[in-house]
Amino acid sequence: MIIQALAFYLFAFVAVAAGLLVIASRNPVHSVLFLILAFFNSAGLFILLGAEFLAMILVIVYVGAVAVLFLFVVMMLDINFIELRSGVLQYLPVGALVGFILLAELIVVAGSWVVVPEAALIAAAPIPPIDQVTNTEAIGRLIYTKYIYLFQASGLVLLVAMIGAIVLTLRSRADVRRQKISDQLARRPGDAIEVVKVTTGSGI
Amino acid sequence: MLEIGLSHYLTVAAILFTLGLFGIFLNRKNVIIILMSIELMLLAVNINLVAFSAHLNDLMGQIFAMFILTVAAAEAAIGLAILVVYYRNRGSIAVEDINVMKG
Repeated sequence: MIIQALAFYLFAFVAVAAGLLVIASRNPVHSVLFLILAFFNSAGLFILLGAEFLAMILVIVYVGAVAVLFLFVVMMLDINFIELRSGVLQYLPVGALVGFILLAELIVVAGSWVVVPEAALIAAAPIPPIDQVTNTEAIGRLIYTKYIYLFQASGLVLLVAMIGAIVLTLRSRADVRRQKISDQLARRPGDAIEVVKVTTGSGI
Repeated sequence: MLEIGLSHYLTVAAILFTLGLFGIFLNRKNVIIILMSIELMLLAVNINLVAFSAHLNDLMGQIFAMFILTVAAAEAAIGLAILVVYYRNRGSIAVEDINVMKG
């Protein structure tokens, strides 16, 4: 029990500190790296809660894809980030005010939370005992049967996002000459060669 | 203190959510940090869902968290694509300039 508590406090503290440094660090590359740290520690919290599959998905999807995407964009765009931070102190008071009000409200709600004892009995999908069915298998049994349409729809969301991102960023530049293989293959001898009858002494 | 319950996880999620909101206010000129703050807020929501899932012994929360993860990944990809196109057209990513983006 004490190891679990220590692990929770370690993960929670590092996650919160990393979250703070994401918004406070001057260099956006450092922000992305702290975001990765926050995701790793949240994955640790998920493991403590018994959601191993989601923890691994968090590491794969967020650290492996989203954070690397952020890193690419930060490094690809040539931006003066110092200039972008110039107005920080101007927005600090109102941001702090809104943040503290929201945090106080959330902690009041979380602290006074009462769960009726019967709530666990009316669960939509009770978690099976971990020694019989693993977490991954239980999730798989649920999303491939009861929530198959939602699962397919989320796949569709990803497909639309992928096509949208490609369509948005793809551009054909007029000032760059590229090899167009389809145009080359579509050429016929009739389009390329013209037979001209030249009369003597007149030229073309 | 050593007994870790639901309220501990809810507190961590609340702090992370507030940090995300605070980051949006703090970095109002930098769209990349705003997108990262949104990711932090979505992460906090996921922690809430998984904590309730473990507490109520209901697997629905974890499945919902997975769908949120999907939407967050799609949102990050589209947002960064829009950012790249905007930077290519205007040469800056300052939020104050984006309000001219009409039609």
